[in-house]
Amino acid sequence: MSDLLKVPTMADFMAQGKQPEVLFWVGCAGSFDDRAKKITKAFVKLLNNAGVEFAVLGTEESCTGDPAKRAGNEFLFQMQAVTNIEVLNAYKVQKIVTACPHCFNTINNEYPQLGGNFEVMHHTQFLKTLLNDGRLKVEGGKFKGKKITFHDPCYLGRANGEYEAPRDLLRKLEVELVEMKRCKTNGLCCGAGGAQMFKEPEPGNKDINVERTEEAVDTGASIVATGCPFCNTMMTDGVKHKEKEDQVQVMDVAEMIANASEL
Amino acid sequence: MQYLPNILFFLLLVAGVGYFTKNIRTVVRNIKLGIPVAISDHKKERYGNVARIALGQSKLLKRPISGALHAIVYLGFIIINIEVLEIIIDGLLGTHRIFAFLGGFYDFLIATFEILALLVLVSVVLFWTRRNVLKIKRFLSPEMKGWPKQDGNIILYFEVVLMGLFLLMNSSDYALQQMGAAHYTQAGSYPVSSLFAGIFDTMSQSSLIVIERTAWWLHITGILIFLNYLYFSKHLHILLAFPNVYFGSVTQKGQFKNNQAVTAEVKMMMDPSADPFAAPAPDAPPPPKFGASDVMDLTQVQLLNAYTCTECGRCTSECPANQTGKKLSPRKIMMDTRDRLQEVSKNIDANAGVFVPDGKQLLKDYISTEELWACTTCNACVEACPLSIDPLSIIMDMRQYLVMEQSAAPSELNGTMTNIENNGAPWPFNQMDRLNWAKE
Ligand code: SF4
Ligand code: SF4
Repeated sequence: MSDLLKVPTMADFMAQGKQPEVLFWVGCAGSFDDRAKKITKAFVKLLNNAGVEFAVLGTEESCTGDPAKRAGNEFLFQMQAVTNIEVLNAYKVQKIVTACPHCFNTINNEYPQLGGNFEVMHHTQFLKTLLNDGRLKVEGGKFKGKKITFHDPCYLGRANGEYEAPRDLLRKLEVELVEMKRCKTNGLCCGAGGAQMFKEPEPGNKDINVERTEEAVDTGASIVATGCPFCNTMMTDGVKHKEKEDQVQVMDVAEMIANASEL
Repeated sequence: MQYLPNILFFLLLVAGVGYFTKNIRTVVRNIKLGIPVAISDHKKERYGNVARIALGQSKLLKRPISGALHAIVYLGFIIINIEVLEIIIDGLLGTHRIFAFLGGFYDFLIATFEILALLVLVSVVLFWTRRNVLKIKRFLSPEMKGWPKQDGNIILYFEVVLMGLFLLMNSSDYALQQMGAAHYTQAGSYPVSSLFAGIFDTMSQSSLIVIERTAWWLHITGILIFLNYLYFSKHLHILLAFPNVYFGSVTQKGQFKNNQAVTAEVKMMMDPSADPFAAPAPDAPPPPKFGASDVMDLTQVQLLNAYTCTECGRCTSECPANQTGKKLSPRKIMMDTRDRLQEVSKNIDANAGVFVPDGKQLLKDYISTEELWACTTCNACVEACPLSIDPLSIIMDMRQYLVMEQSAAPSELNGTMTNIENNGAPWPFNQMDRLNWAKE
């Protein structure tokens, strides 16, 4: 299947003297993490299928600096930011889509003051515009009627006020959308943000991802949908911890759409 | 001699308002110890926030029970205080119920005040029960032991006493009016206090006047004490809520401010013509301090936040770290900031207006690194705060100090940062392999 993926780079476009419609910012997790790579590929399939002329930076992409900034290393963050902005500006990039809410937030909110002004979209927002423009078909397929709950990534929801794009897509999949008690503005973090992903948690009486997973499992949903590679990891670990792998799956919204269309 | 009460009243008023003014000036001075921030943007949106969040208490009402009770106490308290205007004029001029000439409207006002006073009393009793009888988790956190718990109760007792005195004053006045006592002209309508005016039936007019006068004096004295208590309590928020909400963030919550001092440094490093080994110019300013280790390193808005915090704990009860037993409590971050600022303030007062280093700071003496590193930067605390306070920004500034000034990040994070620096990713993968997924 994957040999069918068309993933041109900005350099390819440049060589042909063309500009892509949008730059797909893959992000570190999307590039290297085995679970997140599946999300990346699912999203690319959707882009290919919808005939979107996109490009990636490939080996010219680098960490946005989000984990560095949230860990307190503003210096490293700004070095990353300035370097990335130079690359993006050199390619005259205008529009960016990414499947990682952290990359989305950083490029959208923190790059402008450092000279990087781009229109940035989260992949669920982008997919929704494709849907509205009739370029993408979203149909229930095997998810039709299934009980699904959506976990709001902090950096998509509270941080940027986007709660509806992913839910709209899920509704298009004709699922039975059930909400957790803490959702949308009150959504509970998965525990990965603020560079927690990369360290052991401080002493406490529970891991945050377990607390969140319990809440998700309590809804009776068979799939926990999310829109962030880090939330995905945390929730997947949580499901394993609760030994519920047989009953509950964690999936990205893009994966579900690709899956439903049997891409 | 006949002007003695007027003079006494005048002195009382001057003392009460004077001491209050002095303390407010101290608050302003202390806030100015912080880094100035120029805020002149989004005026319309900011005033809108003040109307909605501060005046309209929109965020409080997200928890309907406590929100509604708070709205009653707040509205009641504000509206009843219109009465204070009359009391002050009466006190200064030696008149009695000077607004009585308003006639029917006066009846309406007094009746409204009385009903509100009753509602406030009921709400305050419910509030007290919530705080002291029901085991509500956010009132039981470790940072609420001792003074903060007392403070919360004292203010409730204050309200009971003030409302009680107000009603006592009115009911004795009403009884005197019924008797046709001199000076006590028929004025006002007393739906609540007239109910228990009957208890005065057997009293002589002179002892009733003593009761009425005592209640009147105690009531206004109580209000002045209350005013002066604010500075020492979490109740400064009834004044500071307005500027605090005005200066609150109007950008997306995910946007953390970029440290300008770092930007300057990064620009210099990226400038190919700059000589990294050049000796600094002799008149060059001292290198900036990155991040915050003490209250003076925070911005004025962050310090205003600390004085405004009402210790309600809504932030902490939404905090994922706190809910899973970690030490971090965003409310404690705000309380610690204020406590440290007050300590610095006393130091300045004791040393003729200059701060003499006391070997202490906000970091470690108040806020531990364990608390700081437990934060997921999820913004739940910021979202929950009914007063637009941002505990997260203080956590971030302190992390910056730990990492950039002290290289004191947890060791795993040091590894992560080295990876980002060397490989452009938080994991030890080669940047040249970044597109491998497309071929797998
Ligand atoms: S941002 Fe940090 S302090 Fe605030 S609620 Fe989230 S984890 Fe707690
Ligand atoms: S920061 Fe806000 S939410 Fe937290 S205790 Fe203070 S007033 Fe309440």
